[in-house]
Amino acid sequence: MSALTIPRREFLKAGGAMVIGFGVGGAAFAEQRTAVTGRVAAPGPPDQKFIDTWIAIHADNTATAYIGYAELGQGASTALLQIAAEELDLDMSQISSVRLDTHVTPNQGATVASAAIERGGPQIRAAAAEARQALLALASRRLGVPADRLTVSHGVVSVGGDGSRSVKYGDLLGDKPFEIALTGTAPQKAPSQYTIVGTRHPRLDLPDKVSGEYTYVQHVRLPGMLHARVVRPAGQGAYADGARIASLDESSIANIRSVRVVRRRDFLAVVSPNEWDAVRAAKQLKVTWEIPASLAGTAGLFDQMRSAKTTDSVIAEKGDVAAALGRATHVVRATFRGPYQGHMPFGPNCAVADVTPAGATVMCSTQSVYGTRDKVARVLGVPAVNVRVQYFEGAGTFGRSCYDDAAQAAAIVSKEVGAPVRVQFSRADEHGWDNFGPAHLADVKAGVDADGRIVAYEYDGWQHVWSTTETSEQLAFGTPAGESADGTSRNLNKVTLGSMYDIPNLRLNNHRVPGIDGYLKASNLRSPLDVSFAFASEQALDELAHMAGLDPLEFRRRNMSDPRWLAVLDAVSKAARWTPRSASARARSNVVSGRGIGLGTHMTSYGAAIADVRVDRSTGAVVATHLYGAIDAGLVVNPAAVENQISGQLVQAASRLLKEEVTFSKTNVTSLDWSSYPILRFAETPAVTAIVVQRVDQKSTGAGEEIMAAASAAIANAFFDATGVRLREYPLTPSRVTAALA
Amino acid sequence: MAVTLTVNERRQAVDAAPDTPLLYVLANDLALKGPRFGCGLAQCGSCSVLVDGVETRSCVTPVARVEGRRVTTLEGLAGYYAKLAKLEQAPALHPLQQAVIDEQAAQCGYCYNGMIVKGAELLARTPKPTDSQIRTAMNGHLCRCGTYPRVLAAIQRAAAMMAEARR
Repeated sequence: MSALTIPRREFLKAGGAMVIGFGVGGAAFAEQRTAVTGRVAAPGPPDQKFIDTWIAIHADNTATAYIGYAELGQGASTALLQIAAEELDLDMSQISSVRLDTHVTPNQGATVASAAIERGGPQIRAAAAEARQALLALASRRLGVPADRLTVSHGVVSVGGDGSRSVKYGDLLGDKPFEIALTGTAPQKAPSQYTIVGTRHPRLDLPDKVSGEYTYVQHVRLPGMLHARVVRPAGQGAYADGARIASLDESSIANIRSVRVVRRRDFLAVVSPNEWDAVRAAKQLKVTWEIPASLAGTAGLFDQMRSAKTTDSVIAEKGDVAAALGRATHVVRATFRGPYQGHMPFGPNCAVADVTPAGATVMCSTQSVYGTRDKVARVLGVPAVNVRVQYFEGAGTFGRSCYDDAAQAAAIVSKEVGAPVRVQFSRADEHGWDNFGPAHLADVKAGVDADGRIVAYEYDGWQHVWSTTETSEQLAFGTPAGESADGTSRNLNKVTLGSMYDIPNLRLNNHRVPGIDGYLKASNLRSPLDVSFAFASEQALDELAHMAGLDPLEFRRRNMSDPRWLAVLDAVSKAARWTPRSASARARSNVVSGRGIGLGTHMTSYGAAIADVRVDRSTGAVVATHLYGAIDAGLVVNPAAVENQISGQLVQAASRLLKEEVTFSKTNVTSLDWSSYPILRFAETPAVTAIVVQRVDQKSTGAGEEIMAAASAAIANAFFDATGVRLREYPLTPSRVTAALA
Repeated sequence: MAVTLTVNERRQAVDAAPDTPLLYVLANDLALKGPRFGCGLAQCGSCSVLVDGVETRSCVTPVARVEGRRVTTLEGLAGYYAKLAKLEQAPALHPLQQAVIDEQAAQCGYCYNGMIVKGAELLARTPKPTDSQIRTAMNGHLCRCGTYPRVLAAIQRAAAMMAEARR
C-alpha cells in the first residue's frame, strides 16, 4: 500500500472537535457535524482519485459512503448504498451516506438524466471494491494469511469463516484514512454473486418522511435568520426582456413595520424576522412593472415557431426518404403540437443563505451543488471556493425548476442585510417564473409498404433550447439572457424518434428556434421533449398501422428486430393481456373506451406502455383508467424503487397528456397556481401496472424518466382507438376533445 | 400578541398576530415539520392539520380561529389515533403512516403530510372506505410525483390494519 498525502480533506485525530468552514450555527449544522464524523470540511470538490473521497471506515465497524448524487425521492440514496454495501460486504445497516455538500462530497456531476445509477453507480462500485481490497490487504497482514484465503461477511474478515481467526474492518482502519489512490483496478463482484444489489431494499428516506422528522429545505432555520419573499410581476414575460421596475412606493407597506425592502436594480425583495409580515408585505408593496408585449400568447405560439428564423441541422439520416415515400402504399403526413409545461414542484423552491465577509453558505434543493455554487458565487462576486452549498431535499422537481434562482435570491438578500436569509418562493413565483419544458412543433411524414413495413420516416421538429441566466441574476445585474448550446435533450432525440424500428429511409430535421426572441424561460423537464416527440411519432406510426389494417402491436413487432425493444413490448402486452384490434372502436355510445400502445425512452433504456382510456363524448373528459409500463434499464439495483418510478411516471404522463399546459398572454405567463395550471387529481388517477425487465448481465441505465414518452403515446393512441379521431395537440382537454369530436 | 394553542395535546402560548396563518405559527414558533407550505391558497393540501378532528388547511386559517380547539399535526397523529381507538399506549406511528412505509408509497414525500392527515380523517370516519370513497375524499390533495395509486393502496392497507387492531 503506497502512502499518499491527501491534498484537500484532512482527517482529525479520533475524538477531535469538528470544524466547520464558516461560523454558522443552528440545527441544520448540528446535523452536519455528526454527519461528517472525523473529517474537516474544506472547499471541494475532493479529489476523486483517492478512496478516502468516497469511503470511510469507522471504529464501530460501520462505513460512510460519500456520494455526489442527490436523493430526489427516486430512491437513489438507497440504491447507491446497496452498491457500496455489496462491494464492501457490509450489511445495509452498517453503511450510510452524508448530505451533499461542496465541502464534503465528490462532484459526480448533476443529478440529471436519470444518471445516478447509470453514471454514479460504477464510480461508487469501483471505490467500494478498491476499499475492500485495501481492507483485505490490511487483514492479510494482521492475520498472517494471504488475502485470497480471506472471506468477508458483515465487515468481518476471516480465514474461511473461522471466527477465531477474524478481524473487523473497524479494527483495521477505524476512523483512519486509507491514504491510497483509487486506481479503479480492484476486482468487482460478478452479478451472480450479488446479494444486496438487485433486491427490493426499503427506501431509507421514507420513515422520516412519513413521521414528520425529515428536514426538507423548507424547514431549515438558522439563528438570527430573516424571512424574505421576492417581489416580481405575476408571471414572467419574454425571457430576454426580463422585467423593469417602473415605480416603487415603499410607503405602501409602512404599516408593516418589521419589513425592510431590498432592491438591487430590478431585483426586489421584502425581508423581516416575521415570515407572515414578509408574505403580507410582498403582496401589499406597490410596484409598477414594465414588461414589453413581446410574447406571441398561447394562441400564436406555434405560428411564431414555424415562421421563426431557425438554426437547422440533420440529427440522423439514412437512405432516401423522398423516393421511399413515393413508393409507399400508405403515407401519413401530420402536424403535432406540444405545449410548454412546468416543473411546478409541490413545495415551491426555498433557499437559506448566510453570506459573511469570510464566505457564504447556501442550503437549497439543487440537483447540482457544484453548479449552484458557481451561480451563487457569480451574484456575490466572489470565487466559487468561498461558497459552500449544501443539499436539502425539496419537493420533487423533475428537472431544473427555480432552485438556483432561489439560491441566488437568498444570497443577494443575505449579503444586503448582513444576516442569514431564507427565501421561500410563493406558488405564483414558482409557477410563473419556472424554466418551463419547451413547446414543440412537429411535422411527421411516414409510409408503409403493402406488407405493413415502415419504408420511410421523416420528422421535422421545432423547439428552443434552455435558458442559462437565472431570473435573480438577470433582474439584479442586468445579465443578458443566455441560451445553452444545442445537444442532448434539446434537439430531436434519435432514440425515441424511430430507433426502435427497422426503418431503411429516415431523416430527422432539427429546427432550433431562437429562444431569446419572444419565448419563455426553459430547461430540462423530466424526459425533456420526449413526451412531445412520442406523442407525434408514435401516433403517426399508429396511424400507418390503422391504414394498413394491422393490429398496433403486430404492426410494431413486424417492424422491430432489437431484442430489448421487443422484450419490453412483449412484457407490457402480456401484462395488459393485449388482444388484436385492427380498427378503432368507433362506438356510437356517449362514453367510449379505448386501448393504445406506445414505445419510447429518453437517451438510454427501453420503454413500452399500454393505456386504457375512457372518453365522455359530451363533456370531452378523458380519463386514463389503467396504464401499464415496462422498462428495461439493464441491471436494476433496486426493482422496488424502479417500480415506484415507473408507477409515478405513468401517472405524471397522464397528467401531462391530459391536463398540463402553460398559458400566457402577450406580456405574461398566466398559469400561476393549481387552478390555472391544473394537474391530474386523485379521483382521476389510473390504476397502474409497473414492470421491470431485469437484465442482470447488462449495465445499469436510467429509469427515472424512461417511460414518460411511451406512456404519453399510448394514451394518445388509446384516444384514437376509443373515438376514431386523432388529437394532434395536447393536452387532451375537454374543450379540445369536444371540438375534435363535434 | 399572545395566542394560546393546543397542538398535539400540548397547550402553549405563542406570540403572533391573530391573523397569522396557523401554518407559520406551527412551522416557525413550534418548529413542527409536518405541516408545510405548498401554495398558501388552500389548493394543494400540503399544510393540512386536524382541527377538532377535521382536516383543515393551516395556510389560510388565522391562528386566532383555532384558539380553544385541538390541533393535531402529522407528528401527533399516532397519539390522536390511540385516543380514538382507546389504546392504552400510542403506537410509534399512525397505522396509515406505517402503511405508507409498507407500501413504499412516497417519492419526494412532500405531499404526504396532507395525504396522511386527510387519510387519517377519512379512516376515523369511514373505517372501511371503498376505492371510490378514497378517491373522493382525497381529491383535494395533489401529488406531483404521481403516487396517488400507492396512497390509495396505503389507505386500504391501513384500514385493514386498524380493523385487525379492533378485533
